[in-house]
Amino acid sequence: MDVVNQMQRQFVDYSTSLHREGILDDQFTQLQKLQDENSPDFVVEVASLFFEDCEKLINNMARALEQQGVDFKQVDASVHQLKGSSSSIGAVQVKNVCIAFRSFCEAQNREGCLRCLQQVTHEYSLLKNKLQTLFRLEQQILAAGGSIPVIE
Amino acid sequence: MTALVVDDNMVNRTIHHQLLDNLGIENVAVGNGKEAVDIHCSGKAFDLILMDMDMPIMNGIEATRKLREMGIRSMIAGVSTRSMEQEIREFIEAGLDDYQEKPLTVSKLISIIRKIN
Repeated sequence: MDVVNQMQRQFVDYSTSLHREGILDDQFTQLQKLQDENSPDFVVEVASLFFEDCEKLINNMARALEQQGVDFKQVDASVHQLKGSSSSIGAVQVKNVCIAFRSFCEAQNREGCLRCLQQVTHEYSLLKNKLQTLFRLEQQILAAGGSIPVIE
Repeated sequence: MTALVVDDNMVNRTIHHQLLDNLGIENVAVGNGKEAVDIHCSGKAFDLILMDMDMPIMNGIEATRKLREMGIRSMIAGVSTRSMEQEIREFIEAGLDDYQEKPLTVSKLISIIRKIN
């Protein structure tokens, strides 16, 4: 039981740090609350869909920005999509970069867009690593016979 | 109560589906406005439609307008990341009963459902 308690404390501390660092916001907590015995893997499933979505959209943005004549509307459409899904999952840093990114698309500023693309790629990688660590901690607790603490 | 989720983004469709499921609302999800119109043409009806605004093929504004022209009287709630009044005015004028800014939460969904009841 001590091992489970220790793991649960580690999970709570790690989860709290993700919110404190501004990587996740309350929307992620809302998603965790939606998870129940009928859909025990809901958060992992949504996160996986988000990762796929992000990678596809980031590739689309990169290809569009490589073109001689950049179609800023096309770039903006991808950024808008990414802003939407990052907002829905609580990925606040990714969302914030998308807000700045859209301004550069509107201004048709290629250099600004490229900087934002680099930033959003970085924020996405960071988020993915952090979430995968969180999910690993969850799996360890469950494997040890414990339950996942609810973070308010 | 039954609901139709109309959103081109899989992350949002999954979240909205789960929100509705948790409230005991049977629901179906489609990926754009044209699919929303087609499902109604096939004879299906819903008490609530959660309509995204920006979608390929047929966006939420066109789909809402079309559904109202078809005589669909379901509650249509626009759900989008748009927040500027002028951006959402056209959406509302197309025939929405409510509009909620994403992300959709349990409390926003309950406030939509209260309007049906």
